[in-house]
Amino acid sequence: MTDTMSHSDQQHSVDPRDPRSLRVKGSNPSRSIALAGVLLPLLLAILWEAAIRSGWAVGRLMPPPSTIGATLWELAKSGELQLHCLATLGRVLAGFALGALFGTMIGAAAGALVVVRRLIDPTLQALRAVPSIAWVPLFILWMGIFETSKVALIAVGVFFPVYLGVAGAIEGIDRKLIEVGQVFRLSRWAMIRRVMLPAVLPAWIIALRSGLGLGFMFVVAAEFMGASEGLGFLLVDGQQMGKPAQILASIITFAVLGKLADGVLVMVSKPLLLWQDTARGAL
Amino acid sequence: MLRLSGLSKTYADGTEALRDISLQVGKGDILALVGGSGCGKTTLLRLIAGLDIPSSGAITVNGETIKGPHPSIGIVFQEPRLLPWLTVAGNVGFGLAGLPPQERQARILHALEKVGLAGYDQRWPRELSGGQQQRVAIARAFVTEPKVLLLDEPFSALDAFTRASLHDHLLLLWAETKPTVVMVTHDVEEAITLADRVVVMRPRPGRMMETISVTLDRPRDRLALGFDKAKRRILHALDRSLQPEKAAPTQKGADNASHWW
Repeated sequence: MTDTMSHSDQQHSVDPRDPRSLRVKGSNPSRSIALAGVLLPLLLAILWEAAIRSGWAVGRLMPPPSTIGATLWELAKSGELQLHCLATLGRVLAGFALGALFGTMIGAAAGALVVVRRLIDPTLQALRAVPSIAWVPLFILWMGIFETSKVALIAVGVFFPVYLGVAGAIEGIDRKLIEVGQVFRLSRWAMIRRVMLPAVLPAWIIALRSGLGLGFMFVVAAEFMGASEGLGFLLVDGQQMGKPAQILASIITFAVLGKLADGVLVMVSKPLLLWQDTARGAL
Repeated sequence: MLRLSGLSKTYADGTEALRDISLQVGKGDILALVGGSGCGKTTLLRLIAGLDIPSSGAITVNGETIKGPHPSIGIVFQEPRLLPWLTVAGNVGFGLAGLPPQERQARILHALEKVGLAGYDQRWPRELSGGQQQRVAIARAFVTEPKVLLLDEPFSALDAFTRASLHDHLLLLWAETKPTVVMVTHDVEEAITLADRVVVMRPRPGRMMETISVTLDRPRDRLALGFDKAKRRILHALDRSLQPEKAAPTQKGADNASHWW
């Protein structure tokens, strides 16, 4: 009688030695769904191209994809595009690093210590409500019009989502898991390293991702402050010189760069989050 | 072995959870605490585990006073409480960080085998059923070889069949190192299946009301005559524990009783 009982709660499981046996199958359908996302912009581009080729539209202010492509190609051939991309990426990375570092540290302090939270959170929340562009004149006065003020502006943009995400995640750590650490008498440091850090990791990575996204938004504002290189400069230059194709080319480059940077962040963090019990695999 | 003397707990908001609990559990004995909700069973376990501090009284293990979590006391919670970012092996070995890797691994695999999860060591907790997760939690508590093991209704969320199989696994592990076990349960049959002694508690504030010894031979057969007799005694004691304290029940007391059942 006990023999049959002892197996009763594994009756649905598969071969325990094959870790993939429980994974949701069907990566092929999900891949074709991902391709479906490209379909709409592709279709719109073809339609617009056709409309201009057939003379149905002029496309002076909204150039066809072929013209934008040609502009991109010329910019790339002359090395300009790479120069502007590197300038923009460098600013975003520097600002992101600073903002993420301070956001994580101050967020951790605010999440862990009530005193710190009471002291600084209201001020930070008020500062967060300030629109990014509003800082521009002040930062230029303080730090000049060169790189420092730009990086500072981006760092401010990255700081807030990271701060909020980390503080919230630490505040929300499950007390029950902390108790498991207490039962095994973890030291304060071991508790942070073995329980708290892994517990906040998923939220931290999401915070970094939204921080990075805001970093790309703020870099445009920063490069509007007056820059001689960078994708933001290309935008302003295109407007002043009346070159809509150049504006669209930089917008597309922004989209690609932002998506790539986010992709890198996701890829780097993926092995750290294999354990997560999310619905993503089943959707 | 494990000795509780005059243990009381009053929370900061004035709630009296436990009043004057005195108990002695010998080495290798299994003691079950039963009682209605609010009788402080879980509070009592948390005090012994060192997760809460008693308002008065003392807890000693082999003469040593317990002031916080102690290496010789292990606990299995009501929920598995596995760390989701560790594999099954990582969870079982969570309390073995100080051991050399080989011995650690050997102990983990042995404990997993004992709970019937051999081959599951590299799985993530999310891949396991509730019963399997709770077995990992039991292995995690046993693997450090505690002298006192506390079980806080560890099987209450499981179906009857899974529960019976876990009772077997638990007794198997217990037979190896014979720790002193204090378990909280609301399942009278579970108490009789596992325990040498059953303490019936009375709620609000939590007090001990009656202790019933179970002297049946292990493994215990639910259909045996002695089993049924013990069950009747405990159910009777439980019934009385939930009655109002005065012999003549007032209208208010009767309301209370119906609230409990």
